[in-house]
Amino acid sequence: MIGMSMTITEKILAQHAGLEEVVPGQLITAKLDMVLANDVTAPVAVKEFVKFEVDSVFDRSKVALVLDHFTPNKDIASAEQSKQVREFARRHEIEHFYDVGKVGIEHCLLPEQGLTLPGDLIIGADSHTCTYGALGAFATGVGSTDLAAGLATGEAWFRVPESIKFVFHGTKFQPWVSGKDLILYVIGKIGVDGARYQAMEFTGEGISALSMDGRFTMCNMAIEAGAKNGIIAPDEKTFAYLEGRSKRPYTVYTSDPDAKYAQVFEFDVADIPLQVAFPHLPENTKSVQEASGVKIDQVVIGSCTNGRMEDLRMAAQILRGHKVHPHVRTLVFPGTQEIYRQAMHEGLIDTFIEAGVAVSTPTCGPCLGGHMGILAKGERALATTNRNFVGRMGHPESEVYLANPAVAAASAIRGQIAHPEEVV
Amino acid sequence: MGKAWKFGHDIDTDVIIPARYLNNSDPEHLAKHCMEDGDVTFAEKVQEGDILVAGKNFGCGSSREHAPIAIKAAKVKVVIAESYARIFYRNALNIGLPILECPEAVAGINAGDEVTVDLESGKVENLTQKTSFQARPFPPFMQELINTGGLIPYVRGRKKNA
Ligand code: SF4
Repeated sequence: MIGMSMTITEKILAQHAGLEEVVPGQLITAKLDMVLANDVTAPVAVKEFVKFEVDSVFDRSKVALVLDHFTPNKDIASAEQSKQVREFARRHEIEHFYDVGKVGIEHCLLPEQGLTLPGDLIIGADSHTCTYGALGAFATGVGSTDLAAGLATGEAWFRVPESIKFVFHGTKFQPWVSGKDLILYVIGKIGVDGARYQAMEFTGEGISALSMDGRFTMCNMAIEAGAKNGIIAPDEKTFAYLEGRSKRPYTVYTSDPDAKYAQVFEFDVADIPLQVAFPHLPENTKSVQEASGVKIDQVVIGSCTNGRMEDLRMAAQILRGHKVHPHVRTLVFPGTQEIYRQAMHEGLIDTFIEAGVAVSTPTCGPCLGGHMGILAKGERALATTNRNFVGRMGHPESEVYLANPAVAAASAIRGQIAHPEEVV
Repeated sequence: MGKAWKFGHDIDTDVIIPARYLNNSDPEHLAKHCMEDGDVTFAEKVQEGDILVAGKNFGCGSSREHAPIAIKAAKVKVVIAESYARIFYRNALNIGLPILECPEAVAGINAGDEVTVDLESGKVENLTQKTSFQARPFPPFMQELINTGGLIPYVRGRKKNA
């Protein structure tokens, strides 16, 4: 193509805005390929949607409504919210409506179902919508009013973000290091607003070496650095993942070699140790050695960050033949029904139950302090989730530490934050 | 004129409105729990027209529009912060909660100070300390969005003109 060189993010935005090129700072109106909301954000969006005075959503095949936060309904109020969304979904014949029995955590579910594809432009009324960037899509979180506008018009306005490039050199990962450690390490370096309003583009041999599950984890947490989106160019692993999932054609975009970046960071994966984020911000990262010995009351393995197959396999590999510490309630939340079933086939669920772990149906549950594992005053959890804000998992005086599933499993066994090598 | 309530950096949406209250999106319900995990007295003591002052990256975390809705329903006149997280900024404009970005004003206002704010001009006056500050004006697109009363009238207006 002749013309300006652009980043992958700029190319996707330009194409959806019907423009040859875009530059950072430009305000555009772009067409949407997928619009997502959940049982917390959809009720507000539905109320706003009515104000647009349109008869139907812009395209019933491009809307996903996922009841994952407070389901199976935790109380009457949440049941009412689910009911509102369910009625809206039926009235508008929404094709991708996921209720209990089919539901999974939205950001595990949509890619698995082939609803988010490379080159797509996706908005979701959920901040971790940025997860789909792992497929080479532009995906970002919005509020309920923006979502309502998207539902009504199939369009949204954007300010084209500047991009920051993160290059991961090498493939010699330290033992048990995963996508979670890479992204926590980056957030520790740049801070929770280090990429505010910007695109985080992950690239390099280290990223090529990561599994798709690891890439989803990385893009999932781009918002934890304040980013608008996280993105990874599609490669052979992406195409293999999409085999049998994608039901419509997609476009592959990559950044031009001379595209402009606001900043470039380079790391060698060999230098990145296992990470633990201390309360109460994801940027408070230390190596697992520095966290070693911190006593914990609960371990949560799951969420849209680490509730995929690779995560469950990693946890099971460590828990196999062990019992969790008698003082640690350990919970495993598979991301989707398909993941749950696969874990069962592989015997992972047996391993968990033998180790004394409670396994749950897919739900956001404890991740947002919703239900199914709330912390009391003064309690401390180690979780594979993405946020350790004040009160995130329960009482405002409880604490959450963040780590990868291997560290979480090892810590569950030891009763305190531990390196996986202490138990295997 | 209103009293200033002051908070620190990186005030996240779980502090503004904890997820445990999101099983109900009624603004009155949300207002009752506004800022609860940052200051349990806030919701009870905040007066109509008070001003919320905070550090950098205000509203980081979740996309919940319940956060600006809770602040607006608590009758806070305006939020002044050093900077805002992206989704919160968008949501606040979309629902018509006035927000200003002004690090100087944040540094120059203490908790409890009496403050007046002119939303049109962005002028912030600290009556207690007899100082004044000028907040950055919104980019033109944002101004248009605010002038039309938020995203919904804006989009509907655009559709009519199209
Ligand atoms: S698992 Fe947690 S972070 Fe992910 S969508 Fe659910 S509540 Fe949000």
